[in-house]
Amino acid sequence: MLSKYDVTIGLEVHVELATKSKIFCGCSTAFGAKPNTHTCPVCIGMPGSLPVLNKKVLEYAMAVGLATNCDITRFSKFDRKNYFYPDNPQNYQISQLYMPICRNGFVEINTCAGNKKIGIHEIHMEEDAGKLIHDEITGNSYVDYNRSGVPLIEIVTEPDMSSEVEVVTFLEKLRLIIQYLEASDCKLNEGSMRVDVNLSVKKRGETELGTRTEMKNLNSFKAITRAIENEALRQIKLLEKGEKIQLETRRWDDVKGESYSMRSKEDARDYRYFPEPDIMPIVISNEWINDIKYKQPELRDEKMQRYIREYSIPKYDADIITSIKHMTVIFEKAVELGGNPKKVSNYLMGETMRLLKERNMEAEDISFSPVNLVKLIKLVDEGVINGTTAKEVFEKIFNEDIEPIEYVEKNNLKMQSDESWLQTVIEQVIAANNQSVCDYKNGKERALGFLIGQIMKETKGKANPAVVKKLLLENL
Amino acid sequence: MDNILELSAVGLSERIKAGDIKVIDAVNAVIEHIENVDDTFNSFITIDKEYARIRAGEVQALIDAGKLDSKLAGVPFAVKDNICTKGIRTTCGSKILNNFVPTYSALAVTLLENAGAIIIGKANMDEFAMGSTSETSAYGAVKNPNNIKMVAGGSSGGSASAVAANECFFALGSDTGGSVRQPASHCGVVGMKPTYSTVSRYGLIAFASSLDQIGPLCKNVTDMAAVMEVISVYDEKDSTSVKRDSNYLKHLNKDIKGLKIGVPKEYFQKGLDGEVKACIQNAINKLEDMGAVVEEFELGLMEYTVPAYYTISSAEASSNLARYDGIKYGHRTDKYEDLHDLYKKTRSEGFGEEVKRRIMVGSFVLSEGYYDEYYIKALKIRTLIKERFDKAFEKYDVIIGPVTPTTAPSLDASLISPMKMYLSDIYTVPANLVGIPAMSVPCGQDSKGMPVGLQIMANNFREDKIFSIAFALEQSGGDGNA
Repeated sequence: MLSKYDVTIGLEVHVELATKSKIFCGCSTAFGAKPNTHTCPVCIGMPGSLPVLNKKVLEYAMAVGLATNCDITRFSKFDRKNYFYPDNPQNYQISQLYMPICRNGFVEINTCAGNKKIGIHEIHMEEDAGKLIHDEITGNSYVDYNRSGVPLIEIVTEPDMSSEVEVVTFLEKLRLIIQYLEASDCKLNEGSMRVDVNLSVKKRGETELGTRTEMKNLNSFKAITRAIENEALRQIKLLEKGEKIQLETRRWDDVKGESYSMRSKEDARDYRYFPEPDIMPIVISNEWINDIKYKQPELRDEKMQRYIREYSIPKYDADIITSIKHMTVIFEKAVELGGNPKKVSNYLMGETMRLLKERNMEAEDISFSPVNLVKLIKLVDEGVINGTTAKEVFEKIFNEDIEPIEYVEKNNLKMQSDESWLQTVIEQVIAANNQSVCDYKNGKERALGFLIGQIMKETKGKANPAVVKKLLLENL
Repeated sequence: MDNILELSAVGLSERIKAGDIKVIDAVNAVIEHIENVDDTFNSFITIDKEYARIRAGEVQALIDAGKLDSKLAGVPFAVKDNICTKGIRTTCGSKILNNFVPTYSALAVTLLENAGAIIIGKANMDEFAMGSTSETSAYGAVKNPNNIKMVAGGSSGGSASAVAANECFFALGSDTGGSVRQPASHCGVVGMKPTYSTVSRYGLIAFASSLDQIGPLCKNVTDMAAVMEVISVYDEKDSTSVKRDSNYLKHLNKDIKGLKIGVPKEYFQKGLDGEVKACIQNAINKLEDMGAVVEEFELGLMEYTVPAYYTISSAEASSNLARYDGIKYGHRTDKYEDLHDLYKKTRSEGFGEEVKRRIMVGSFVLSEGYYDEYYIKALKIRTLIKERFDKAFEKYDVIIGPVTPTTAPSLDASLISPMKMYLSDIYTVPANLVGIPAMSVPCGQDSKGMPVGLQIMANNFREDKIFSIAFALEQSGGDGNA
């Protein structure tokens, strides 16, 4: 059934920009303040107040546009989107409809199906709304306008994706670009990146696109993947039954693993867009665009090449580290502090990734100090601790950012190379494992490994493995 | 001592600075006068006596200490009730803002206060500045001090009548389509709409953002120049504000010989009252006598200005007035079932008929399917009208004509036919659509004793030329209160 249909997907991605102040006033954008403390006459829609565009918002939007191969609109304007809702203090949102700041871009993605260009229809700037809080007990509703006027860009793609794999690959790439530009932290779970999925299906071979639905409330890549699978199937099933797809907005419920209709086309609002008269048109010069290009931070590909060139780490390592912006920050800091690049890379790719996965954490949540990683590597290099202990200490660093030198000292974790003490342990292990000794003597090399393991266990992992091996062979 | 109230703003301040008059005496004289006459004229919605008296003390102290010597130091003034005044109720003439007390002042107000001028109260107006008679106010109609059976004009009718009736020494108004110039003309005072972007709109409660400008109403041209110099200041809080030359007083005593004056034929066609026409002609003759070169010309497109103006201004208003919803401030209905009901009842109760009409018109012209046909077309007309004016200003230093087709109509005569009322804005709306400065100066009276104003328009940022002409006319023994 599935193979008879093509899925067509376009995205609308809202990204909260990392400016310190709001888009049209000087209020702070900091998250988590007491309600209505980051507000002023402008962002609560007081009569007589006027918006003034934050230049940094424009520069971030242009930077994202340039990094996604967009044309920058040289004469751009803001428009008003009119609708009534209490979280929207003016009852209109200042956005861009007719002349968005960026147009006609693309992001190239690579999946197992090969390379593909995903078109960017436009990127526009707009203001976020406040937040409604409903008190279930009293039945009252409250509004917090701290978020009102926080700057957003909305990235609208062409309907160029045909699977959840392409969508997630595109989003990961887009997110990385924006993170590298330091324009946003793009956290889906905190809402600094919000993705709406427009999806339609059509019989394979047909040229006209089917009726689409818009899916909202997607808070993780996993949710996006599941929602796409679910929605495609839902639409196909309806078509198979001979029913029609409704043009509607749906809300994804990730707990139930299904979506439900929020608004149908009949409720579609007329937003009565018109040019925002309080903000002058934005005229962008070549010099300005060049300046933004010039100031653009190193993007991923450049960084990857540099890592290979400058730090002589394998391409494989460079690829993995640069796939997470925060990882590159730790890597560069650790190398700067004198850590051997390959050894730092090993810790990041190996143990760090393992622990992140194990704990279901985002790389952004890594909180250890690079200096402690460097100290740990030094302890190993100098033979103070062995690899097994290092692994244990690293986990401590990862969890609590402990200072390793002090920690090793305090917990008596230094590597033991004292031959007379090790001799005693070896003799005990040999006595207790006659069979393995026999096996080894009969040519089973693997038995040696087992015996070394037993000795390490007895010494609580502190023994110097080289010394252990030497002594063991002598004893056998 | 002569009557304080008869003095001009600049004249009063000179006397105060000379020590002849105490600020508190000027303030008390005004308050006493308002208490005597304002039940009749209804120029004010709110009077803040206490604040005015406190300010009088502060300003007096600064003057005495030699720290304040501005041309407006110690001068009581009125502020149109759509301009925010920190701590003083600002209603916009509407029930929907009947309890709204701003947390901040408009920049123009702050600048005047810094110059030592003293807010005496908030002037009555058409609700949200929508109207040409100051009868749509939720706080009662304003009456023309020249004849209380007549309207004061609008929408800054309270500001005009307050100045005309000596209830203050000058006032701030706002002009979106003639709302300063028309009541100034009807009441016999000087009124000016500066070039768009000259006076910050921060704190002016928006009616139609692309057309609104704060403008003063004064007893004479010198006062006008003095007030304009104080309020023409760039404001980073208003994106449409510009840095510009704002020396106006030095242009007052200029020879107007050789100045080229264009008179648009369309301003003298049918609809213009004969007596008004005669007053304007008389003023034109005077200017010619003084050496100005006057020429008639065809401006063109005048029949499209009023429709374009009402389309654009209503569209912007429908959006600007959306924030009055009963959620954050202002009137909220007592009983409601849900959010939609709250919006509906609050706005139905809070807004008057004229405001509702404009919101309906504005919402309509912006709605899907009509946007291109109405709103975009109006914007195109606006551009074409601007081109006509640009062309005219290649040839002429100023353009003059009447402000209104007739003198002030009687009370209750206008609202019965909104269309007719809208059409009476024909001479004033072009300046707003184009952005140019325009002034109304008194130039005579009709046979019933009702004042007539002459309108002087100049190219953008050329207020200097308007001031030269207006001052020359005033000095020639025009009809004003010079």
